[in-house]
Amino acid sequence: MRIPSFLAALGLAAVITAGLSGAPDVLEAAEAKKRLTVYTYDSFTSDWGPGPQIKEAFEADCNCVLDFVAVDSSVGVLSRLRLEGASSKADVVLGLDLNLMAEAKETGLFAEHGLAAEGFVLPVAWHDETFLPFDYGYFSFVYDTESLTAPPQSLKELVEAPDDLKIIVQDPRTSTPGLGLMLWVRAVYGDKAPEAWAKLARKTVTTTKGWSEAYGLFLEGEAPLVLSYTTSPAYHMIAEDSARYQAAAFEEGHYMQVEIAGIPKSAPEPELARQFLAFMVSPGFQSAIPTGQWMYPVINLPEGLPREYGKLDYPSRPLLIPSQEVAENRKAWIEEWLQAVSR
Amino acid sequence: MPWWLPASLSLSVVGLLVGGALLALGLTAGGLALADNLGQPYLWRVVWFTLWQAALSTLLSVAFAIPLARALSRRRFPGRGLLLRIFSLSLVVPVIVAIFGIVAVHGRRGWVNEALEAFGFSGVHYLYGLGGILIGHCFLNMPFVARILLQALDTVPPESWRVASQYGLRSRDLFRLIEWPAMRTVLPGVAGLVFMLCFTSFAVVLTLGGGPKATTLEVAVYQALRFDFDLGRAVTLALVQLVCCGGIVLAVLHLSLPGNLSLTEGRAYPRPDRAGWPGRLADSAMIGGAMIFVLLPLAAVVLAGFNAKAASVLTDPALWRALGQSLTIAMASAVLALLLGAALLISSRSLRHRLLRPAAANRLELSASLILVVPPFVLATGLFVMLRHVTDVFALAMPLVILVNALMALPFVVRFLGGPMMAEAQKHDRLCQSLGLAGWNRLRLIEWPSLRRPIALALAVAATLSLGDLGVIALFGSQDFATLPLLLYQAMGGFRMAEAAVIAAVLSLLCLLLFLSIEYGLGRMRFRRRVRHA
Amino acid sequence: MLEVAGLTFHYEDMTMVFDLKVARGECLALLGPSGAGKSTLLSLIAGFETPSSGRVEIEGRDVTNLSPAERPVTSLFQEHNLFAHLTVTENVGLGLDPGLHLGPAERAAVEEALQRVELTGMGGRLPAQLSGGQRQRVALARSLVRQKPLLLLDEPFSALDPGLRGGMLDLVDQLRRERGLTVVIVSHNPQDAQHIAARTAFLYEGRVVAQGETQAVLSAGEPAALRAFLGNAPRQVSEG
Repeated sequence: MRIPSFLAALGLAAVITAGLSGAPDVLEAAEAKKRLTVYTYDSFTSDWGPGPQIKEAFEADCNCVLDFVAVDSSVGVLSRLRLEGASSKADVVLGLDLNLMAEAKETGLFAEHGLAAEGFVLPVAWHDETFLPFDYGYFSFVYDTESLTAPPQSLKELVEAPDDLKIIVQDPRTSTPGLGLMLWVRAVYGDKAPEAWAKLARKTVTTTKGWSEAYGLFLEGEAPLVLSYTTSPAYHMIAEDSARYQAAAFEEGHYMQVEIAGIPKSAPEPELARQFLAFMVSPGFQSAIPTGQWMYPVINLPEGLPREYGKLDYPSRPLLIPSQEVAENRKAWIEEWLQAVSR
Repeated sequence: MPWWLPASLSLSVVGLLVGGALLALGLTAGGLALADNLGQPYLWRVVWFTLWQAALSTLLSVAFAIPLARALSRRRFPGRGLLLRIFSLSLVVPVIVAIFGIVAVHGRRGWVNEALEAFGFSGVHYLYGLGGILIGHCFLNMPFVARILLQALDTVPPESWRVASQYGLRSRDLFRLIEWPAMRTVLPGVAGLVFMLCFTSFAVVLTLGGGPKATTLEVAVYQALRFDFDLGRAVTLALVQLVCCGGIVLAVLHLSLPGNLSLTEGRAYPRPDRAGWPGRLADSAMIGGAMIFVLLPLAAVVLAGFNAKAASVLTDPALWRALGQSLTIAMASAVLALLLGAALLISSRSLRHRLLRPAAANRLELSASLILVVPPFVLATGLFVMLRHVTDVFALAMPLVILVNALMALPFVVRFLGGPMMAEAQKHDRLCQSLGLAGWNRLRLIEWPSLRRPIALALAVAATLSLGDLGVIALFGSQDFATLPLLLYQAMGGFRMAEAAVIAAVLSLLCLLLFLSIEYGLGRMRFRRRVRHA
Repeated sequence: MLEVAGLTFHYEDMTMVFDLKVARGECLALLGPSGAGKSTLLSLIAGFETPSSGRVEIEGRDVTNLSPAERPVTSLFQEHNLFAHLTVTENVGLGLDPGLHLGPAERAAVEEALQRVELTGMGGRLPAQLSGGQRQRVALARSLVRQKPLLLLDEPFSALDPGLRGGMLDLVDQLRRERGLTVVIVSHNPQDAQHIAARTAFLYEGRVVAQGETQAVLSAGEPAALRAFLGNAPRQVSEG
């Protein structure tokens, strides 16, 4: 009969709807433990990121529950806080890019952390009263040794290379590595950056929205060089036992990325937040960085870095444009970049 | 029940979400600075490119879909049904998966170039640039257009073929006199939809477009919202997108003709243009070409999943958790989309059929598509701003994802269900009226049995679309929320390209499986006329 | 029984105004060239179209504002009288209960109606398994079980061959007499009118321009539009 089949379809719909409304809520802890809410981006909290290990380590002795709120990207973290303003539930905002630090401060949403910022092994001195770093790395062009035997030795060599040397980069309008490269070229070329960009544009296979797309295309063999980090080869050595992908060392030095965290003024649990920041720069947190974020920790780990990190080329000259200068010029430089590469 | 009531209900959901999101964001911005934002030459360059690539992509998709639909309508071959269903996949796989499938075939190290080099030719690098955008958009949309056109061709009364064979009409006469009029009833609507999808394309244009020369408005909106945190500008650009895109689609709709159902005795007459080897050859080439174009990238995605990480990913409970959550969301949003779509169509059908106002009906149906023109991150941010004063947004995560996914699928439900519902009314509306068949009885006894197959198709498309969608909620952020596409992005973000490939393959196969089970399960062809020749 | 007075309807550029009277138990034929408004008039009586002014009275009751299902009327169309996915019995049963909940009494009534239209034993078939004439007879059976006093036929047999058509018209005529039905039949064929209808109305450009005894109307040769419509056909028929 046709009538039951129709009813069955309706019933199915009803069951699904009912099932949804009864979807399990987040299990509330029976005892009223304090909750610490950390805003971050999703690759940090994913099973492949450092998040789970850090959560476990922190909860082990804070007598609290650590909740991650994972936004789609590191830039998204800041816009999320700006949207919420003073009513935000965030206790800690983790994962901002140093380049955006000045802009983050200008929002006036962050409180001073009140912790002693010392003992860092960063290549640059750190004395900021609002933000603390939790990892850092250097942008670099990673190359495939099977298709490129003589990688460029400097940014200049790359820029001046014949146009059949192909690269994949990210868009500075949509991604932090893209922004990093733009600043890198700026740091090396200064006002001559547009000319350099025009030359780079001819070697660019494509400009992607984010790091994942670019790196994925690179692994597919779409270009022998991709913008990534000096630490990227460590992943291939550790997880895949392969030395096929290497980072090209550039004479001019490498632009740095420092990832930072801070406490919003509106934090419901400021004490716990400070406790977390202190934990963040301790071995319990930092030891998850090398193989979770594939970046350098900001302190010397008691167990040392994984053996493979020793095989990486550590840049001798870190490049960094002060965050205030970036904040003032970012829009103009992006416009300039756009003009140069669209020609 | 007044004719406008069902549509008002479903449109108020769309309006509340879209309008509310834009308004909330605009209010937060405290002003749009229209003059400043609209006065930039950069913006208009971007608008111009967006229009240009969208128009070209739409034109190409349609230009290939027409002969493909004709060829498919002429031919019956084993696996035809499966092929049609696989065709629907290209529309619903996550864009990032589609991109990697396309790169695997057309890229600089893709299968095409490998084949060329194996035969001693030098490789051709045609992917990145306008060509890449067009390949990407045709891959995503052409099969969908062909499927809708084929549906329209299936409504041609068999008697037309009898007449045609009697007068010995040639293929191009058939096209002019029979097929084109049938396709024209649906073409403007579907072309409009494809135009919207291409207009708002983001990742395809940026990745396959080769560089910032290829920038769509959507990219500019993302930049304004994310990096510049210029809410006013983001809303302004979103409005520019809404006006440009909506205006053009509305203009295209003016080209549409009302469908005219001819009388049929319900017998089958074969198409007269099936014989002859040149036709056979041409059709085989057309269908074969389309198969290669559509199936190869999908095959590449699935094949890439058979890698060393497959076992570990497949035994990871996280994958199955995400799969379960994805399926729940997909089914719920599909059912919701179907209800909303059917409500809208009941009203537009009344407008078209009883009140004889087809233009108004077209506009009504179009308004269901508006959500596609609002950039997802603007929608997400706006919704977040709108809801966070009222309630805990995270607690609402699941219902919100379902609602937004349902609205995203709504335009497709309207496209797949609109034609058959209209035809059904043309056949039976008066009879039902005269017999007093209305409401529940009409739904149960008349509409459901004869609309079961298109309903199943619409439901399948909506469910798989939602399955492959990253979900606006990913932009909200919520720790207990994991869907397959989200897992895929997380794997890619953590260097796990091999794991990502496995997830992409699982996701694609799941889409196919879900599609097949809904379409076969719900729409099995029990009500097909049992006697072909009396 | 049926009275149509000043019934006005606008379709595109054309304004139609109809006046018509039909007595109980009578059969009236509506003749006229294509586009004269025959089907529109029938639709207005049945309630599918809404007039801009004027009124329709059936059995002394004003039904102008009633929906089609509320009017004491059954319509038979040229095509699509049956639902292809329902069996003959179910199609007829819809006339008794739109929810298709048929008890033994209803089933018997359906069987009887099928018998009356000479389709005994065909109740289990689907429409596609029937010939064109049989399908129209199923529809006729349904109008019988509905027991509405007014039967509207919109060229229901024009797709059938002449012999079959004659048979169907005879059947309608018999049913009319047995059940005391009032019948209005639209046709473009004067022979149909002569076959079944005592009275005929001739429509032209949205008006009833001639009305009366069928034979008188057809042989009047007035007005000119009627002459043009008939050509020289009727004389041959009446002589033959």
